[in-house]
Amino acid sequence: MKMFEYMGKELFAKYGLPVPKGRMAKTPEEAAQIAAEIGGPCVVKSQVLSGKRGKAGGIKFPNTPEEAKKAAEEVLSMTIQGLPVECVLVEEKLKIDKELYMSITIDGSAKQAVMIASAYGGMDIEEQPEEYIIKKHIDPELGMHPFFARDVVRRMGIPLNGPHGKEIVKIVQTLYKICKEKDAELVEINPLVFSGDRVIAADSKVTIDEDAMFRMVDLPFVEDKSPAERAAKDLGLSFVELDGDIAVMANGAGITMGTLDTLQAFGGTPRNFLDCGGGTGREATAKALDILLNLQPKGLFINIFGGITRCDDVANAFKDVYEARGGFPVPVVIRLVGTNQDAGREILRSIGVEAFDFMQDAARRIIELVR
Amino acid sequence: MAIIIDENTNVLVMGITGRQASFHTKQMLAYGTKIVAGCTPGKGGQEVEGIPVYNTVREACEKHRIDASVIFVPAAGTKDAALENLEAGIKVVVIVTEGVPVYDEIDIVAYAKRKGAYVLGPNTFGIVSGGKCKMGIPPNQYFVEGDVGVVARSGTLTYEIVGNLTANGLGQSTVVGMGGDRAVGLTFVDVLKMFEKDDQTKAVVMIGEIGGNNEEIAAEYIKEMTKPVVAFIAGKSAPPGKRMGHAGAIIERGKGTYQGKVEALTAAGAKVAPLPFEVPALIKEALGRK
Repeated sequence: MKMFEYMGKELFAKYGLPVPKGRMAKTPEEAAQIAAEIGGPCVVKSQVLSGKRGKAGGIKFPNTPEEAKKAAEEVLSMTIQGLPVECVLVEEKLKIDKELYMSITIDGSAKQAVMIASAYGGMDIEEQPEEYIIKKHIDPELGMHPFFARDVVRRMGIPLNGPHGKEIVKIVQTLYKICKEKDAELVEINPLVFSGDRVIAADSKVTIDEDAMFRMVDLPFVEDKSPAERAAKDLGLSFVELDGDIAVMANGAGITMGTLDTLQAFGGTPRNFLDCGGGTGREATAKALDILLNLQPKGLFINIFGGITRCDDVANAFKDVYEARGGFPVPVVIRLVGTNQDAGREILRSIGVEAFDFMQDAARRIIELVR
Repeated sequence: MAIIIDENTNVLVMGITGRQASFHTKQMLAYGTKIVAGCTPGKGGQEVEGIPVYNTVREACEKHRIDASVIFVPAAGTKDAALENLEAGIKVVVIVTEGVPVYDEIDIVAYAKRKGAYVLGPNTFGIVSGGKCKMGIPPNQYFVEGDVGVVARSGTLTYEIVGNLTANGLGQSTVVGMGGDRAVGLTFVDVLKMFEKDDQTKAVVMIGEIGGNNEEIAAEYIKEMTKPVVAFIAGKSAPPGKRMGHAGAIIERGKGTYQGKVEALTAAGAKVAPLPFEVPALIKEALGRK
């Protein structure tokens, strides 16, 4: 789950990390009010989940409350990479002496969290050569300690006994504390800036592990799913909209991708990715079928290889939707094998549907039918 | 021989009294798995399918020799359950549960390393040594004894490919599910090394998917292997930047692409099947069988 910059900065502030003076505004009037409180040159930043805000004109630098109002008016009417701007962050304009980079994320290959830092941060961090990027894994059994942070500071080439060095040692440790306490799979500050003697987080990017939502009660998030994707997520399913014409349901991420690959190899185009695996029951499966039919595809392809998913649950869900709708509006092909296969096929036969044994045969059939 | 588990493996089922666990306990017993104990805190003294249930893993270990455990508890309790089994000295822990927070996974995997234990998962279908022992949730009828080793991240896709192998007269030595999550216990290289040493295994099927760099790392080891490897990589048709279901399946910053993985594997001498049902023919070709 992602956060807007201002949400991330509010989280940083709670942990004592230095952030610029300012706050979020939803109207030009609020923006002017905040600018007046700051009492000097400001920055008005669009709050969208996109990394290209500056280049899109979504960041402005007003000098007075009046200018801030105008800047906010403009930015609040913008759409950046397809995302409408619904709020802005108004904060003090920083004198920037130097831009650095700092983040902690998960390295799946190493099975550890990893600290990534660079003395050369800012917009072009991805183009920096490897030798300017410091990567240091965090041993989960050892945890975070001051010596770890001191080594990061040394490798960034920043004097440890200066005001900046001491502050960064604190920031490194705090970032890991946030990761662990808030189950953050990414905490990023880019840029972290030197402004006189101060070190300030001029931006924030925070992503919380979706699987840890059950123990996160007090955090705000941004909805970044389409309504259909959200409906599927609420059923515990994984769904992604694509732009083809055959709606697809399969059970398991791998086989769902394999199903899309097979359809595409045979000349079909998938309308979506829908993984209804993991023992999804009859009712949720029926609702998932409704989500797919509501996409108004040209055909529906169901590919189930039951393990923890039971074929009779899927067949019953299929029958429920069939009966509730008085049949299906588009051609449907179902391949159904695995756990409780015979019971599932018997249920399908009762409504005149014969299941396929093999994915490749079923995939060819649905493509023929939608042509 | 088979790898990791065989007909002599004594198994404990963690969370055995739950709906999924009791259903799959029955299925595992039907496959021939030697389940000797179950554990659900607070349900000690009961029986599930004739298997005694204990309150703690330590108590089960006092009454039985336990070689491996399979965990079916909800995500919020998985870290505690996994650590309990590892702390009790069990050397193979299979974690079926999906949706485990990634920092919990990191802690489980780190502790297993310290204890010298194998962790399969989280989010794995489990492991089957053909005809000998099944731990986890795959449908029984497709897994038969033979000489093909299979290693995979993703469950149902594995059933698909194993089903095709079996339909083509190719049984399996062991089918290993590493788990679909970001931080899991084993890597492709760990499992490929075991297959390379295993007498029963004559060829290996590796089932990967887009995202991450585990397939590329595996390709480096495949160069040294004497046994043939056939791979399938899921996600050729996936658009970049979209997370397709589980953590493995996301391409970021041009890394972990289908093309990159296929090139690395092909250069290492592995054969890559473009579609799942094309795997058996490539295995037969590699083994010189018709």
